Amino acid sequence: MIQENQSSRVAPAAFERMLWRHRGESGMLIPLLQAAQDSYGYVPASAIEQISGVTGIPTAEIYGVITFYKQFRLKPLGRHIIRLCKGTACHVVGAEMIGQVIADELKVAPDETTEDGLFTYMVVACLGCCSLAPAMMVDDQTYGRLTPQTIRKVIRQYRRDAEKTKGVAAAKA
Amino acid sequence: MREVLVGLGSCGLAAGGLKVYQKFAELLGSGSDAVLKKTGCIGMCYAEVLVEVRDEKNGSTVYGNVSPDKVARIVESHVRNGQAVTEWIVDTNGSTSKQQRIVLRNCGVIDPDSLDEYLARDGYQGLEKALTRMTPEQVISTIADSGLRGRGGAGFPTGTKWRLAAGSKDSHKYVICNADEGDPGAFMDRSLLESDPHSILEGMAIAAYAIGADHGYIYVRAEYPEAVKRLKHAIAQATARGFLGSNILGWGFNLQINLKEGAGAFVCGEETALIASIEGKRGMPRVRPPFPVESGLWGHPTCINNVETLANIAWIILHGADAFKERGTEGSKGTKVFALAGKIKRGGLVEVPMGMALKEVIYDIGGGTLNGSPFKAVQMGGPSGGCIPASLGDTPVDYEQITATGAIMGSGGMVVMDETTCMVDVARFFLSFTQNESCGKCTFCRIGTKRMLEILERICSGKGKQEDIALLSELGEQIKSSSLCGLGQSAPNPVLTTLRYFLDEYTAHIVDKKCPAKACLPLVEFFIVAERCSGCGLCLASCAAGAISGEKKKPHRIDMSKCVKCAKCITVCNVGAIEKR
Ligand SMILES: Cc1cc2nc3c(=O)[nH]c(=O)nc-3n(C[C@H](O)[C@H](O)[C@H](O)COP(=O)(O)O)c2cc1C
Ligand code: FES
Repeated sequence: MIQENQSSRVAPAAFERMLWRHRGESGMLIPLLQAAQDSYGYVPASAIEQISGVTGIPTAEIYGVITFYKQFRLKPLGRHIIRLCKGTACHVVGAEMIGQVIADELKVAPDETTEDGLFTYMVVACLGCCSLAPAMMVDDQTYGRLTPQTIRKVIRQYRRDAEKTKGVAAAKA
Repeated sequence: MREVLVGLGSCGLAAGGLKVYQKFAELLGSGSDAVLKKTGCIGMCYAEVLVEVRDEKNGSTVYGNVSPDKVARIVESHVRNGQAVTEWIVDTNGSTSKQQRIVLRNCGVIDPDSLDEYLARDGYQGLEKALTRMTPEQVISTIADSGLRGRGGAGFPTGTKWRLAAGSKDSHKYVICNADEGDPGAFMDRSLLESDPHSILEGMAIAAYAIGADHGYIYVRAEYPEAVKRLKHAIAQATARGFLGSNILGWGFNLQINLKEGAGAFVCGEETALIASIEGKRGMPRVRPPFPVESGLWGHPTCINNVETLANIAWIILHGADAFKERGTEGSKGTKVFALAGKIKRGGLVEVPMGMALKEVIYDIGGGTLNGSPFKAVQMGGPSGGCIPASLGDTPVDYEQITATGAIMGSGGMVVMDETTCMVDVARFFLSFTQNESCGKCTFCRIGTKRMLEILERICSGKGKQEDIALLSELGEQIKSSSLCGLGQSAPNPVLTTLRYFLDEYTAHIVDKKCPAKACLPLVEFFIVAERCSGCGLCLASCAAGAISGEKKKPHRIDMSKCVKCAKCITVCNVGAIEKR
């Protein structure tokens, strides 16, 4: 599931409710971590302590699971998540160069967040839209048949939108 | 009654299908011109957004590349006046295709969210037939007799697997649907789950009845939110109508199905790792035997099948083993779904009878390569597979014959490559994928793949040595024989097959320091085509190495002695004046 999207986040209370509801059930660690990430956007140390406290699973084991799966993050994410596909189909039509353009435009490497906190840049293997390669997703929106030009346009549009909301917020204040 | 169907699988959504749907809704209004419906993947993903219009006069007409501004004309001309808009048609009555649809029978035909539409197309009748008229043993015999083999990659006979699971005495058993679809360049399972979720549930229910399981799991890949949504909905609907849950169809048979979402690890597609992941642990494979059919999830007998395997089940039960066996070759029966992608003109989801020649799939169904040049190779089986050269284009789609080429049938990814694809770079690409995804349990898989990757990186950057080729083969063979699970055992395949069929490209990189496909940047030179250059200066400004010179409005030049080959200039040039040689 795509969980990092702001709009789909559930309140931390939902994570806690789930924690207690499934107490003692086996096989719930991954769904619990997914719920924590849903709630906070990442898995904070406090959530790990809570899970360990309720389930009795040692924190070392929880960290073991978190670091095994690519989905989980121990650090907060930017406002928008850019996922560039570097699957086979995208690779053969130039995903490498597209990745370079994104890194240049954002001035970050994969798995990093921009200084302004607006974007986190991630590389994934196949978004399942191989016929529209090269492809990327920004939050839940997919963009296909990318060129360096369209990439820059998309990223700049998100920046402008962020400026606008900031302006509105400032005006209100 | 006229019908308008808008394809809203992931590709359709990505291409803006929802806006097209809304436009149709707005223009058709509540009038009685036509019924507007949502459907899943129509298959011709290269031409998304796809819209199908069905009427008495023209039958079925599929329009491709539909954008909201084209909707008005389709409505006015075709829907209201029966006059098809010929220039936008991509397919009429399935005429352009040599496909045969068993697995994809409902994809792009029904609304995946509607149980009634599934029922109207024989939905859950396979389950009903199995429960009311067949013993579990008869179900197993039928599947065994059909010759169906697992579509998840290894091709293990499904009937045999079920018989083993049925033979276990345990009172508690599981069925699992493997929807982890790890091959990075394949999307068959995703499209199936999104377009026809009930067929998977029905297949699982029949499997559960056959082996005596009362609990099922679907393990879905983390990156498939749309599939998760539709599956959840389908499970709720099926339970409410008595096709799942307790006392199914009144026959005293119980099956509860739960959804588990993966968390992003390729190795979790391997069955023992998948089980560990459902149990909430790190997804590491373990030694087999015991096989999951003996001791699987929480120590109970567990039957794991792939999504596509399960999509065949209800059809076979309903139509009989003989109807299925009619298609295919001696050892491979039925059909196979492929996700055609890469340098192909008509990429998308196709289903062909086993035995069809690869080049027939690529040319007759896929329309050949994007730029019309002959294809160079086709990659099958993803990171576990290999590259089959065009010279073996007559190879039929058949488990044994594909394996003989050094590739594998795999789950159905088919990535087509042309002369602009560097085979050494492709090998490097797959190795970096498997190296990254190795769970680290086996030394050869963990460190051996790393060493192979380093050698390939060296070759791609022009620092390869003659002895590297022998080293790659040797390491490859050792990794294959010393790894526990299929990931390590097959990781060297992309390298070994390219060495076998494209040795000349390796030699060109190592000896001539040239990349024939001009894909490995350290081995190419950049130059500016003077006639195309407008002298805008964008490349000059972008070049951190100071290798570009020229006056405004006059053609620029690149000084190769200063160029660091970062390719930045190519990405900023708006007129495509910079080329590689
Ligand atoms: C590294 C690795 C990854 C795999 N990934 C998948 C996968 O994504 N989907 C799948 O159905 N089978 C996958 N398999 C195969 C499964 O282990 C298993 O054979 C299959 O799910 C059995 O179903 P079938 O008999 O219906 O094919 C993978 C195997 C290995 C070794
Ligand atoms: S390879 Fe990029 S979407 Fe599949």
